[in-house]
Amino acid sequence: MKLLNLLKIAYRSLSKNKLRVLLTMLGIIIGVASVIAMLAIGQGSKENIQTSMASLGINSVMIYPGSTNQGGVRMGAGSYSTLTLKDVDAINSKCDFVTDVSPVVSKSSQVIAGNQNWHTNVVGGLNQYFKIRDLTVSVGSSFSATDEHTAAKVCVIGQTVSTNLFGENANPVGKFIRINSIPFKVIGLLAVKGQNTFGQDQDDIIIAPFSTVMKRMLSTLYLNSILASAKSENDIDNAKTQISTIIRIQHKLTHADQDDFTVRSQADIAKTFESISNVMTILLACIASISLLVGGIGIMNIMLVSVTERTREIGIRMAVGAKSRDVLFQFIIESIFISVLGGLIGIVLGILIAFLVSYFGKWPVVITGTSILLSFIFSSAVGIFFGWYPAKKASNLNPIDALRFE
Amino acid sequence: MDIDNNLICVKNLVKTYKMGDMQVFALRNVTLNIEKGAFVAIMGPSGSGKSTFMNVIGCLDYPTSGEYYIDNENVFKLNKDRLAELRNKKIGFIFQSFNILARTSAIENVELPMLYNSGIDTKERKERAMAALKSVGLAERAFHMPNQLSGGQQQRVAIARSLVNNPLVIMADEPTGNLDTRSSYEIMEIFQNLNDKGITIVMVTHEMDIAQFARTNILFRDGKIVTNSVVVDRKIASEELKNLPVLDVNEIMT
Repeated sequence: MKLLNLLKIAYRSLSKNKLRVLLTMLGIIIGVASVIAMLAIGQGSKENIQTSMASLGINSVMIYPGSTNQGGVRMGAGSYSTLTLKDVDAINSKCDFVTDVSPVVSKSSQVIAGNQNWHTNVVGGLNQYFKIRDLTVSVGSSFSATDEHTAAKVCVIGQTVSTNLFGENANPVGKFIRINSIPFKVIGLLAVKGQNTFGQDQDDIIIAPFSTVMKRMLSTLYLNSILASAKSENDIDNAKTQISTIIRIQHKLTHADQDDFTVRSQADIAKTFESISNVMTILLACIASISLLVGGIGIMNIMLVSVTERTREIGIRMAVGAKSRDVLFQFIIESIFISVLGGLIGIVLGILIAFLVSYFGKWPVVITGTSILLSFIFSSAVGIFFGWYPAKKASNLNPIDALRFE
Repeated sequence: MDIDNNLICVKNLVKTYKMGDMQVFALRNVTLNIEKGAFVAIMGPSGSGKSTFMNVIGCLDYPTSGEYYIDNENVFKLNKDRLAELRNKKIGFIFQSFNILARTSAIENVELPMLYNSGIDTKERKERAMAALKSVGLAERAFHMPNQLSGGQQQRVAIARSLVNNPLVIMADEPTGNLDTRSSYEIMEIFQNLNDKGITIVMVTHEMDIAQFARTNILFRDGKIVTNSVVVDRKIASEELKNLPVLDVNEIMT
């Protein structure tokens, strides 16, 4: 029995029931399309997180003051200021896995310019802060070493601040703003970064020289945090251990003492988010797979009905010389044909849905070859699996019983 | 058993059916030889076992016991696949209810047995199907669907289908049972022509006049062969057709 003949036989009998074939296919089409669309949406959100994480500076390591223990009462993270400029200097001089370090202080302040005012976060950092955070100044410039030394009253502002204080598309460079009644000269405007993963507006920020914020605004010796960047992505863990060791020495902590600071890298956060989005993707794919399974059961249902309905036809085929396996293959090929063609249409439909979602939902989607291949193989397997039983049933018929069937 | 000159040798064939607790004998020790080139009409009342006998010698059904040789092959020793091959290559079937595939054109129906015969390519298959249709006078209806054909034409499609693999024997189970006289005679004409070319024909019928077209008549009663006689006054279909009253000009045209 030639395969070509089998294909021809299966094709002929399918073409006699176009509507039914189409309806059966619909289950598979919807199943495959939803698997592809769901995976694309899941994958899209994953990559979205990754890029926004990279926008925070993918190699960056953050050191936060940790919890303190006062007579057995633990005060919670950030409750006690432990980080000082000495720690920054120590990291700078002793950590060879770290390229840039900047102390960070910040204060939430009311900012006034002319008749407008805005509430935002004023961050004090060194020039390296821009580099570590991967910030660029689009108009004007960032502050110089001299500004840092003299605690100059200059600042770089984000787009959101600029828009709220000076209006759309205004050039704020050279203008003055007042932060807590202290006049600052705007010397630069940050390039737009948009929201980060947490939904925070990264353009709603004012950055001033560290010494200015420290001395003129906060009058404190302690830092909010320290921002550092590792040499490369592979050195992040090394940098983290090294920083921990150095700060423990700096803070004169004994083995019995817990860390009074926390070191976290951007990569850690990214990993957490990635695993969350992975779980989401798997969940979506599972739900979609269920519809694919239901589609498969639909095939089985139709094939069973078809076998019963075509019992006489099977009898005729056997009477003219069809072997059991010819009948078996005919029905399996029919169900494979339904599932494969349904799978192909489903792939096209799934890609279309993904694009519609990304177009109208402003949601990033990523269609991977793996997801297409996976759902295609899965749908074909569904066809073989659910086509087997009805086909086997048909092929086991006795020719004379099949012919007598009414 | 002399199997050399005979196409079909049946010995002590028994077939029983279970109906509840009762055992019903459809065939009781049937022994029969059919020579190559014979034209046998099997007759008998309903329930005499003639159809059961037909299904068994047609390799569609297994008997309860007995021996059966067709073309020197011991049929009951063959597995299901070999049996299917036998049906495909050596036997051509014709049924009372035509049994051609619905919603399938005449030529595709005729092609069917050849699709299960791997030695035939597409080109040869189409040619042979067309030739078979031509031989039963349906060449110009090759692409018609069964519901566009009359009963007689459908039966002729079935005959064409039974011929395409060049069988040794044609088995017809009441081929004229659903047909009018003219169509029946036309079928008999085809059968007689085929028989003249050397094809063995075994036909079940309960119509006396149809049995008259065969060379020998076998009468079944209660699962046994009662008589096996040569037809004395054999009718020739082509002549009988001429004697039929003409009812409608269109009818002859088909």
